[in-house]
Amino acid sequence: MSESYLSIRRLHQVFGDFVALRDISLDIREGEFVCFLGPSGCGKTTLLRAVAGLQLQTGGDIFQAGQRISWLPPEQRDFGIVFQSYALFPNLNVADNIAYGLRNRRTGRSEVRARVAELLELIGLPDAGKKYPSQLSGGQQQRVALARAIATRPGLLLLDEPLSALDARVRVHLRHEIKELQRRLGVTTIMVTHDQEEALAMADRIVVMNHGCIEQVGTPQQIYAEPASAFVASFVGTMNFLPAIRIGEGRVRIGERTLNCRTLSPHGNGEVRVAIRPEDVRTRYNGDASNLISARVRGLEFLGAFVRSELEIDGVDEPLVADFSANDVRDLGIEAGNVLNLDLPAQRLHLFEH
Amino acid sequence: MDTLLNPPGFLAKKRARLLGIDCSLPILCLLVAIAMLAIALVLPLYSLLSKSLEDRHGQFVGLANFRAYVADPSLMHSITNSLWVASLTTLIVVSLALMTAFALTRSRMPGRGLLKVLVMGPIFAPSLLPAISMVYLFGNQGVLKDLLMGHSIYGPIGIVVSMSFWCFPHAVMILCTALENSDARLYESARALRTSPLRAFMTVTLPSIKYGLISAAFVVFTLAITDFGAPKVIGGQYNVLATDIYKQVIGLQNFQMGSVVSVILLLPAVLAFAVDRWVQRRQVALLTARAEPLRVKPHRARDWSLLLLCTPVAVVILGVLGMAVYASLVTFWPYNLDLSFNNYRFDLMDGGGWGAYFNSLQMAGWTAVIGTLVIFANAYLVEKVPGLGPLRTLVHLMAMVPLAVPGMVLGLSYIFFFNEPGNPLNGIYGTLAILVLCTIAHYYTVCHLTLVTALKQIDGEFEAVSASLKVPFYVTCWRVTLPVCLPALLEVALYLFVNALNTVSAVVFLYSSQTALASVAVLNMDDAGDIAPAAAMGVVLMLTCIGVKGLHWGLSRLLLGRSQCWRQARA
Ligand SMILES: Nc1ncnc2c1ncn2[C@@H]1O[C@H](COP(=O)(O)OP(=O)(O)OP(=O)(O)O)[C@@H](O)[C@H]1O
Ligand SMILES: [Mg+2]
Repeated sequence: MSESYLSIRRLHQVFGDFVALRDISLDIREGEFVCFLGPSGCGKTTLLRAVAGLQLQTGGDIFQAGQRISWLPPEQRDFGIVFQSYALFPNLNVADNIAYGLRNRRTGRSEVRARVAELLELIGLPDAGKKYPSQLSGGQQQRVALARAIATRPGLLLLDEPLSALDARVRVHLRHEIKELQRRLGVTTIMVTHDQEEALAMADRIVVMNHGCIEQVGTPQQIYAEPASAFVASFVGTMNFLPAIRIGEGRVRIGERTLNCRTLSPHGNGEVRVAIRPEDVRTRYNGDASNLISARVRGLEFLGAFVRSELEIDGVDEPLVADFSANDVRDLGIEAGNVLNLDLPAQRLHLFEH
Repeated sequence: MDTLLNPPGFLAKKRARLLGIDCSLPILCLLVAIAMLAIALVLPLYSLLSKSLEDRHGQFVGLANFRAYVADPSLMHSITNSLWVASLTTLIVVSLALMTAFALTRSRMPGRGLLKVLVMGPIFAPSLLPAISMVYLFGNQGVLKDLLMGHSIYGPIGIVVSMSFWCFPHAVMILCTALENSDARLYESARALRTSPLRAFMTVTLPSIKYGLISAAFVVFTLAITDFGAPKVIGGQYNVLATDIYKQVIGLQNFQMGSVVSVILLLPAVLAFAVDRWVQRRQVALLTARAEPLRVKPHRARDWSLLLLCTPVAVVILGVLGMAVYASLVTFWPYNLDLSFNNYRFDLMDGGGWGAYFNSLQMAGWTAVIGTLVIFANAYLVEKVPGLGPLRTLVHLMAMVPLAVPGMVLGLSYIFFFNEPGNPLNGIYGTLAILVLCTIAHYYTVCHLTLVTALKQIDGEFEAVSASLKVPFYVTCWRVTLPVCLPALLEVALYLFVNALNTVSAVVFLYSSQTALASVAVLNMDDAGDIAPAAAMGVVLMLTCIGVKGLHWGLSRLLLGRSQCWRQARA
């Protein structure tokens, strides 16, 4: 626990007889950018609000900077927060909004003014101080909310779906800005999102949640390449699931073919699901012929940079979706009705219990 | 599992957090709010109910009083009278109001602005004033007496006409809101399908304002069945429930029977209230869908025929109010028609004189100031302070009760509760304070709902943000919430002031010789046969309300222009 800045220990949250958080334990290092990712209603906001003290957990502990804060009211904790709705005070101008938390701390007037100017500079709106929130665009309002939250230099920054009210272009742009700002300030940050792309692009580590439980904690690469559960595999990115029979250590049967797979998979024989991402299906193989499988092309969908194909494997009902580069499609003359020899690399096959 | 849910020290910590400085203040405030509402509302009503089950000596007699009531045919007759008068009023008011509201919101009729102002006129006068005006128009020496073709204005006709006049603005306001909230796209579709205007009205307009219509009908029905002013002035021998209470209590000093009639009067009001609540809930759900605002284009035939239909409405409103003003200026009706201010020399009559007017101003002022602040504080607690679920629900429920309690009933229950010798608050009996308390309680619900609606429109996370910035919630309330709610606060203050100035029903039981009120003076002067001075006092009240409304308008503009520039800021 010594090196972690925020630790959550066996946190539990019950609403009536609905369990919103189930035995959550998590460690976050200082300066880290962590995303809580999961489907709607999985408890992300609940966990964030518990960290902020805006909602009393039913049980469990929270430590921040070595201090136990489990039951402290929000005023006595050290965090800044940005909500999806921004929650900017409409009757105060931008400068007063940013200075809202500073004014209370017996900071001198000139100091406050200097800090506000510095923050306005930081968020790239140096001339917006006199404007009112309703005169700003959504993205600008979001930046002001961010400035207000970091004005008092909190040790922890909490963001609850800060970008989801914005349109797609602004979202991508602000994504980089927030990440850049966070890196520069080095403030430990937790962001809640249900947008996997956002989480993959911004987070140092992602916490994938489902039904009030943590499914996996890992870097974006780990989450994508080594999903710990079928839920994570299907929630992050696109994933094929094919029914299969496990017939021994590192061997599975799909349809009529027996394929090699990685050994770190469920024990015992019987029905399993083999998963592979569309981009991991290969049309050319180099040497190893053991994981070749033949499939008929049912249809092609042109998606610009690549072509998504729907394939049919003999003896398997589920279609296999595979992405080929436009060059491959042209060079190999892939079209509907063709039968292809495909390589499903053993290293890319994931096994999940049925 | 057990240790997971209750780690060592958990309960103690949680209790400490709940009782810590940060939480105990709101809890304390809520408890104070509950105590206030209990004293101003629940306990008096309880003593009224228990009084109806006791005899003159305070012995419990079960339903004996109710049996006596049922056995008295003249009393029973009032029930049918009340229902008949209220139903007829509702029918007349709602159909006229629908037409007027349609003309105001869905046409480009010339003179819309003027009509809009005129329509609100009756709200600014006590309900006694139109009734007095009726006396001058259609009474025994009335100028238009022949129009009645031998029928007497004293009785159901007079009651229905005066009451319709007084309820009209309320129905128009509700229906205007309903009509304004309709979706333009529906009408565009109807036109694209070549639907005739009549069919569009029947298939699109009517369904979309269904709830508004039901709501307006029930509001008018409740106002009509509980109103006391019009039947008192012009009812003659025609008894209704509201006047029965007055007669039993003031005339016969029969408090038991007064409370029995009150309980009976509560029933239709409670029913109407329940239906109205149900409707309101439905309507909110209807309005959450995103709608295109309707833009009305000129249409000659429609606009001119509406003008033809609405002109009589405007003429009647002007005529009735104008008649009251004229009558108050006539030296001695109908023998000396010279104009003078003789009738305004109130100090020469019974009823409290100009002193009563200044009492009324004082009472209305206090009601507006204290009422607005207290109701806002309570609405804030209910809406913005986290946790404390059941307590907040209780406050909210209690705040809804006054809408179902007729003023007469509330006033009578105040007598029972505060005049009890054992009551520590006995001291406020007969003072201005009890009048203020009673009036705030009487008009509590509408103010509460207005402020709750205003608070709901404010982002729910302000309190969380300020906590994270370590700013106490009352600072945020002062710096952000209050300024944002300012228009609603002014609205509520005006509503309280106007109603406090004009109310008769509740305070008629509670004033003393030191605290005579102008609205009650209108009643008493009329009772004593000084009808012209009664009209004069009514006119003074009306002019005061119009003046205050003007002040409110100016103040709103000023404040919106200065401190609220952020509202218009949207480019
Ligand atoms: N105060 C509350 N009382 C009762 N149930 C609640 C409360 N707060 C949250 N819940 C429930 O807990 C579950 C988790 O809610 P939470 O808001 O944490 O979801 P989320 O992961 O943030 O979802 P979203 O992406 O939709 O915001 C939901 O099913 C919600 O209905
Ligand atoms: Mg959420």
